[in-house]
Amino acid sequence: MPTAMIAALAGFLAGTAGAMGLGGGSILLLYLTLVAGEDQLHAQGINLLFFIPCAAAALWLHQKENRVPWRVVVPTALWGLPGAAVGFWLSGRLGGQGTGKLFGLFLLALGIRELLFPPQKGFSDQQKASLSQKTHPMP
Amino acid sequence: MSVNRQWHGWHFYRWDSKIMAGGALTGFVNGLLGSGGGMVAVPVLEKSGLDVKQAHSGSLAVILPLSVISAAMYWHGGRVALADVWPYLPAGLAGAFCGAKLMGRISPRLLHRIFGGFAIWAGVNLLLR
Repeated sequence: MPTAMIAALAGFLAGTAGAMGLGGGSILLLYLTLVAGEDQLHAQGINLLFFIPCAAAALWLHQKENRVPWRVVVPTALWGLPGAAVGFWLSGRLGGQGTGKLFGLFLLALGIRELLFPPQKGFSDQQKASLSQKTHPMP
Repeated sequence: MSVNRQWHGWHFYRWDSKIMAGGALTGFVNGLLGSGGGMVAVPVLEKSGLDVKQAHSGSLAVILPLSVISAAMYWHGGRVALADVWPYLPAGLAGAFCGAKLMGRISPRLLHRIFGGFAIWAGVNLLLR
């Protein structure tokens, strides 16, 4: 298969998994580092840029179905902003090699957790309805 | 779709410590690893009481602004150029539409299994590289 087709396939799979909140980013990132041989930090940058329009498109579709719980999403995202700055700084300190290994450990731990201890449902249907209802404001 | 865009005030949103810590951790991972923010955000949102599908779609809404900030920092730091993303974007957008459409039809249990299996496979590959 020509390289351009494999790249497109990786992009397609990453978009699909990303739209489902399944860590699509890691698919493209793994393709870029393991197959295309890109430097880890460069690949991470491509992955971040790639994710923005894909997530925006998927989010728009989810919002049409009123599936987005803005009440919880907005504070989570706001608190993530300083976290992102610290993470960016640390990735520069660790370099591509160190960050790549860290990413591997992270995925492994998360995968084991996901298969062995799947999260339980927390709220009643009524509470869930109050978290995501049609009267939610856009942030 | 009818969305009420009226501002409900800050008290409308949930500001408990679980959400603050989870949000900060999500941003940290996203900035550090350039991905994986969603993998943190999904369990964080589930812990805050959302069901699996809400958590998966909500994670997108959390990661989107964080990725914009992280990507801006990566771009400003000279790690990536905007043109680098073009080979992947058209197929990625097509995939995003498929994924969002598929989500209403797939069982939460299956979502967890796919997610977990994929993460283990990817993690082992990266460590053995």
